[in-house]
Amino acid sequence: MFRNQYDSDVTVWSPAGRLHQVEYAVEAVKQGSATVGIKSNTHAVVVALKRASSDLAAHQKKIITVDQHMGVSISGLTADARLMVRWMRTECLNYQYARDSPLPIGRLMNMLGNKMQLSTQRYDRRPYGVGLLVAGYDSKGPHLYQTCPSANYYDCKAMAIGARSQSARTYMEKHLDEFSDSDLNQLVAHALRALRDTLPAEMELTNKNVSIGIVGKDYEFVGYDDETVDPFLNLLDPSERKGRGAPAGPGVDGDDAPPPEDGPGGEAEMEVETSAASLQL
Amino acid sequence: MNSEGGVRSFDSFATSLPKGERRNPITHTQAPVTTGTSIIAFEYDGGILMAADMLGSYGSLARYRSVPRLLKVNDKTVIGCMGDYADFQYLQAIIEQMEVDEACKDDGFQTTARSLHSWLTRVLYNKRCKFDPLWTTFVVAGLDQDKPFLGFVDKLGTAYTDPIITTGYASMLATPLIRKAVEDKLKDKNEKLTLAEARKVIEDSLTLMYYRDARASNKYQIAIIPSNGEASIIEEPKTLLGDWSVAHLIK
Repeated sequence: MFRNQYDSDVTVWSPAGRLHQVEYAVEAVKQGSATVGIKSNTHAVVVALKRASSDLAAHQKKIITVDQHMGVSISGLTADARLMVRWMRTECLNYQYARDSPLPIGRLMNMLGNKMQLSTQRYDRRPYGVGLLVAGYDSKGPHLYQTCPSANYYDCKAMAIGARSQSARTYMEKHLDEFSDSDLNQLVAHALRALRDTLPAEMELTNKNVSIGIVGKDYEFVGYDDETVDPFLNLLDPSERKGRGAPAGPGVDGDDAPPPEDGPGGEAEMEVETSAASLQL
Repeated sequence: MNSEGGVRSFDSFATSLPKGERRNPITHTQAPVTTGTSIIAFEYDGGILMAADMLGSYGSLARYRSVPRLLKVNDKTVIGCMGDYADFQYLQAIIEQMEVDEACKDDGFQTTARSLHSWLTRVLYNKRCKFDPLWTTFVVAGLDQDKPFLGFVDKLGTAYTDPIITTGYASMLATPLIRKAVEDKLKDKNEKLTLAEARKVIEDSLTLMYYRDARASNKYQIAIIPSNGEASIIEEPKTLLGDWSVAHLIK
């Protein structure tokens, strides 16, 4: 039943200094469909690729509004994400009620990080199996944060998480210098092109499988779905919306490969995974 | 369990007390003890001026003659307190700790006057709902996004904002004087009061309070919250002399 000797509990260390249950939770994020976030000097944008569990089912919601100044895009276990978003909403409302001002994004991320850490250090809990991209705007400008089940969180200029997200990160690393001065449409177009790069060759971005969330200066957080994403999709030429099917080998997309087993004496394999994990950060 | 940040619970049943121990009934504040009198504050051309005298009265006894009733919360926020001095000190300790905690976060955010005013309103209203009010009236002055903010909140949680705020007897005696000064300047020159003019008005108001309010004293402090980005200051205490040349006419 176990992949190795040291993953029977969240709180169990492996001799190599790893917490396997936490790492498995991080794997759950990589199984979710991709989502991409970018910020400029004025706006933060998240875009997500929605999946339907079957032809008979609707696409799963990926972008959730937290407050007027904040929203999240999720990858991983939807149920865990909804729990976290409910908590974030409560925190925002309580802060607004007590302090008559919106909760600073960084403050909420700090609290969320602390909350998530608890479940990585208690034998009677499990880590949250979801990664978030949090887009927000406060008096210090736009923000984009990434959270992990390991309870790490990162302040990002741009980030992508989920299945085949390495291709999106490659796109964004290439265009990183253009983001800060982009206007809103340019920013959304960049995000969509990055998301497009996660698609397999036979798929394309449509108003059925794309969600967009935008927040910024004088722009309350709005989640766009279905027809309302059309104006943004039209920023891309029809040919630009098609997936190019970037190869998903370990070299290009290392984070999608399942982790090698860490049996006794698996030193060489462990090194491979460590380098893959550092790509993830 | 009583963890930090959790709801404080009152001790429950008397039967759970150790043998032989007796509990006193729960009591609530029904009258203030050591009290401060009026606070005066208003906007001028380049910020906000606030003043309070330094008397802590024990009923009609002028018991403590040099207690500060203005508190600098941070570089952009000052509060003044009228009413029970112990309740003021209780909240002062909490507010100062909140400022320390916030400074430790070091994330560039700072409590604004608007947010402190809102917080005080919640706290005071919450306490009055337990029929155990903090017997105080607060004036919160500061900058909110570089604009002057002046707010009032009392022990019932009644709150409002206005460019001129006075509490207690000053709201009956000093407000007309301040309004006249502000409105005359506006009518004559279409300008706000300068710092020097505002200081004159606030000193006249304090003198008036010294003459007419039996709970006021002549030792006072002035706080200046400039809107040009400079840090707010609470000045060293000063003393009013008053004009007593008519005193001999009174038997």
